[in-house]
Amino acid sequence: SRCTMGRAMGLAGLLLGLVVVPAVLVSTSLRHGAPRTEAEPEPSGWELAAADAVPEDSLWPLPQWVRMYSRQLQLAPSRFQLVHGAGSSAGPGCGLLQDAFRRYYEYMFGHSRRRTRGRRPLAARAEPELFQLQVVIEAGDPGCDRHPQLTSSEAYHLTVTEPVAILKAYEVWGALRGLETFSQLVHEDDYGSFLVNESEINDFPRFAHRGVLLDTSRHYLPLKSILTNLDAMAFNKFNVLHWHIVDDQSFPYQSIYFPALSDKGAYSSNLIYTPTDVRLVIEYARLRGIRVIPEFDTPGHTQSWGKGQKDLLTPCYNGGQPTGSFGPVNPVWNTTYDFMTKFFKEISSVFPDEFIHLGGDEVDFSCWKSNPEVKEFMKKQGFGTDYAKLESYYVQNILDIVSSYNKGQMVWQEVFDHKAQLKPDTVVQVWMANNYAHELSSVTGAGFTTVLSAPWYLDYISYGQDWKKYYSVEPLNFLGSEKQKKLVIGGEACLWGEFVDATNLTPRLWPRASAVGERLWSSSNVTNLQDAYKRLTNHRCRML
Amino acid sequence: AENEPSWETPCYELLVYVSTPGCDGFPSLDSKESYKLSVSKGSMLLSAETVWGALRGLETFSQLVGRDENGTYYINETEIVDFPRFPHRGLLLDTSRHYLPLRAILETLDVMAYNKFNVFHWHIVDDPSFPYESSTFPELSKQGAFNAMTHVYTASDVRTVIEYARLRGIRVIAEFDTPGHTLSWGPGAPGLLTPCYMGKAPSGVYGPINPIVNSTYQFVTSLFQEVSTVFPDFFLHLGGDEVDFTCWKSNPEIRAFMKEMGFGEDYKKLESFYIQRLLHIVSSLGKGYIVWQEVFDNDVKLRPDTIIHVWKENSMQYLNEMANVTRAGYRALLSAPWYLNRISYGQDWIAAYKVEPLNFAGSPEQKALVMGGEACMWGEYVDVTNLTPRLW
Repeated sequence: SRCTMGRAMGLAGLLLGLVVVPAVLVSTSLRHGAPRTEAEPEPSGWELAAADAVPEDSLWPLPQWVRMYSRQLQLAPSRFQLVHGAGSSAGPGCGLLQDAFRRYYEYMFGHSRRRTRGRRPLAARAEPELFQLQVVIEAGDPGCDRHPQLTSSEAYHLTVTEPVAILKAYEVWGALRGLETFSQLVHEDDYGSFLVNESEINDFPRFAHRGVLLDTSRHYLPLKSILTNLDAMAFNKFNVLHWHIVDDQSFPYQSIYFPALSDKGAYSSNLIYTPTDVRLVIEYARLRGIRVIPEFDTPGHTQSWGKGQKDLLTPCYNGGQPTGSFGPVNPVWNTTYDFMTKFFKEISSVFPDEFIHLGGDEVDFSCWKSNPEVKEFMKKQGFGTDYAKLESYYVQNILDIVSSYNKGQMVWQEVFDHKAQLKPDTVVQVWMANNYAHELSSVTGAGFTTVLSAPWYLDYISYGQDWKKYYSVEPLNFLGSEKQKKLVIGGEACLWGEFVDATNLTPRLWPRASAVGERLWSSSNVTNLQDAYKRLTNHRCRML
Repeated sequence: AENEPSWETPCYELLVYVSTPGCDGFPSLDSKESYKLSVSKGSMLLSAETVWGALRGLETFSQLVGRDENGTYYINETEIVDFPRFPHRGLLLDTSRHYLPLRAILETLDVMAYNKFNVFHWHIVDDPSFPYESSTFPELSKQGAFNAMTHVYTASDVRTVIEYARLRGIRVIAEFDTPGHTLSWGPGAPGLLTPCYMGKAPSGVYGPINPIVNSTYQFVTSLFQEVSTVFPDFFLHLGGDEVDFTCWKSNPEIRAFMKEMGFGEDYKKLESFYIQRLLHIVSSLGKGYIVWQEVFDNDVKLRPDTIIHVWKENSMQYLNEMANVTRAGYRALLSAPWYLNRISYGQDWIAAYKVEPLNFAGSPEQKALVMGGEACMWGEYVDVTNLTPRLW
């Protein structure tokens, strides 16, 4: 649950970092009206000059355009309502917004005891009262029952003035973003009154694809972990959950067509995701405007697939004999493609997003090289000794299969680097840290859309305030034309699971991922670390 | 099924035999923690010299009990003779950089017991906050805590920690670090800290404890009188690390004092002056003390039974320090390679495990002066939301 912005928490939050903010930052807006407590201790240098939280000091990510006025309005939890506004194409039948209204009411007032009618008379305070936030969806089809897409509109316009505030958005996705922002504007003063400054906000994301990768193969993540993470993502306006669901170590995805995959490949029978679990994740995400892109990484990273699917992986050889161990998916057998055709048919129907991530990273060629059938195939195809060509041959077949189900594909950069023939709308995910700017130039130079992850491998922990280095990344800092830069559709913070499970996921991912969230949403000129520090510490406290 | 175990006589009881009484006492540096565990057909016996050894043996016993696929609990015939290599096996928690609620401390004590740690080094106050509620000086936490209502340890809280620890054979050694690391003491104890100067006038900023005024020593005496009563362990940790001399240098009264005392420009002598008086005060209160290595490095005159806490890590220099400290005849505690707050990617437990505390050039008598060590979890980036997975 979210905590209130008491000074104690603010101080504690500020001290999360070592940087001592030497002076109160001059802000263009005036402080809110609550008086500073009297008996200010002597300025001893010990007490950090912690300004009372100025309203925009806790907006995260920072909206594109904010105008804050000094006039404040008060909200009464027992009376304040989030409602559909007149002229909105969405109404009470819009489950997504109904759910959001209730959720955001809880975030703002949940801990308050004054949710039922109070005994104090109406005119107790000087400030005018804000009675409602009206949400108006402008598009003919608001999108209530649909799933968010790459092209969805997340823009919103928020006007906070008495007696009602108006949140306008083209589609419901923008309304969700606006509700999050509105909830960040409402603050409690020292006396427990809920206040919000008159303000106007115009906002939209800089990048359309803002994701978090979770790895549920290296360690199983219980549903609760995933759902908590989706909540945190919504606080930070992330809109893609890249679910790296299976890998070498385990296969927790319970397949309908191939139940043996998880029967034999999961860590144990209770460490799986049933179809119900998967639907729950997808719907929970949808209600927060978050797309779920599953990744079924092949041909490498597939050891666990071989447990439940005989004759899928390549048998490795040594001196003419099978060793008993297996390598990547076998690209030369027809049965492989029969399997993949059926498997991806299921995946395409289970996961509603337009895109499926097909992996394609870190394929180790040594097993293929040892296998006589594979060697024979290489000869027949005229690939020589270039196994990258064999990999591309395989990948192209999978791309075709997935395409035939009308799904777009995302792949890791090796697929592009090894010169496979991609579809024109294949998205290439750049993850190798070494000289990634150069890779961005190459990928976009070849006309492909790209998602950046290389500088944002959050599993690589280190001592101190590493959020700053994630925040300081500028995704478009590479050599390329304007047209090329437009092909960068966003990025993803990755939390690989080798050293992560439910016992440490949340504190490891947050609030570090928040830095990435702002980088992907806010304007490119929002780069001031001191200002970010102030807002991030407040935001972190609120997320708790 | 292959290899069906033959269940022998079911075991009904673990008999615990303790030869020396002492259930109601506190563990100490000299406590014997050895035990013998014997599990055989029809009899399970845990014998120890003291209750502390019995606690260690119970933990081991609990680790031996297994459960098969049918849910049956079993234990193999076993003989164990066990005792700790080092008598001081500690963990430092920092409740000043971030307040840790009582439950976090108690949970940590539980996990310490699982791992046979026997010292909780409570770095309770420091620059950022003063959460310790003092009965003699209530203003210290009133003014110095992050929030005097919610972010403090009351006398009752402290008693709870001490007793919870005792029941697990864990000593609680409190650290009231002075003269540096004391900014949070200032608001509640006006006149205690040195006013820094900017030229001729006070700058409004404060530095370490003011070592030249009598009021300082009166204050310190009273505070440590209380602390000595509240914390039953024989040892107190007095800190003494990282004293920044800049503020002292800027203060004209202090400069005058330096001249008067013939200290020249050597502010280490002023630091020693303070520390020596502090040690004397604490000694007369009947307590022993542990100090950070600077106190030794800066040539302060120490009592022979002082324990030096080695913490500075700079490409294995700590081994030299261990040699120097023990060569001078002092007992030593090692923490330098065990700063667990300094996280890094991967299986960093391996580097901590590989440390050999006695890997320094020295005689067997020197090596015998190494009492043990402490894993430190400094709190700059740690609070209740991430303490447990970061530490364990």
